[in-house]
Amino acid sequence: MTTDFIPSNYLPVLIFFMIAAAFGFVTIIMGKLVRPQNPYREKALPYECGAPPISDARQPFPMRYYIIAMLFVLFDIEAVFMYPWAVVFNDIGIYGLVEMGLFILVLVVGYVYAWGKGALEWD
Amino acid sequence: MMQVLFYYMAAVTVVSSVLTVTLKQPVYNVLALLTMFFHVAGLYVLLNAEFLAVVQIIVYAGAILVLYLFVLMLLNLRSDARHMHRQWPFAVLILGSVAAMLVGAFAGGGFGGEIGQYSTAYIDSLGGDTQAIGLTLYTDYLLPFEVASLVLLVAMVGAIVLTKKGLVDDQVED
Repeated sequence: MTTDFIPSNYLPVLIFFMIAAAFGFVTIIMGKLVRPQNPYREKALPYECGAPPISDARQPFPMRYYIIAMLFVLFDIEAVFMYPWAVVFNDIGIYGLVEMGLFILVLVVGYVYAWGKGALEWD
Repeated sequence: MMQVLFYYMAAVTVVSSVLTVTLKQPVYNVLALLTMFFHVAGLYVLLNAEFLAVVQIIVYAGAILVLYLFVLMLLNLRSDARHMHRQWPFAVLILGSVAAMLVGAFAGGGFGGEIGQYSTAYIDSLGGDTQAIGLTLYTDYLLPFEVASLVLLVAMVGAIVLTKKGLVDDQVED
């Protein structure tokens, strides 16, 4: 690994992640140290804040969730292509506008198809 | 400092990818995969590929992981099902030898070859790696970029065609 590059801009991000992780650990460990621990059967029951589970939580989901997630992935990637386009828009000018127009046109065909097939309908 | 961060990211990437295939609960596998995606993004930041790091988080950790979760719920996997294929020792053997070969190849001095035009200083003079990607992608690599839109279109149509039966069946059930 050649390291002539030091991402010093990311030092605040690193500190942020460390504080976030430390906060999670410290609150859980502090809580465990400070709180009295005296569990008995009535206290462990989920009264007033839920019901005892009656079946497995793993139910098969309808297909609709999958197709919505799939379309989300595809349009997400479309949006990702727009970030580098937007930052260099002034340098590539009308040429870039036309090529991004073509790109979006192709994806609008897919969008119209998905809409027409009822893939975006929930009920 | 950079070395410490690199070894941390690399170690967590390796450990979490092993956990992704060995943990028994399917949801835990997906969470291990999420950890791996974040640490690979960290590796990209260390390699001055900030745009790639953000795309890694947006697309992989954000979108593809959701897709995995839905597929997992669609399949309704049981955690008590046998989770390791009986041929796994062969897989370990083959991948272990490929990994040993790669380590042997890179231990001798990395990739070699000539250093390209895109040095760190040149990318900084363009304003950052997002600008560098944009300037290259939308001028020199115009055709692959437009082909990418067709690939996305095919994926979209394919997903709808393959699940259309499911959509119709759901509507009948309702």
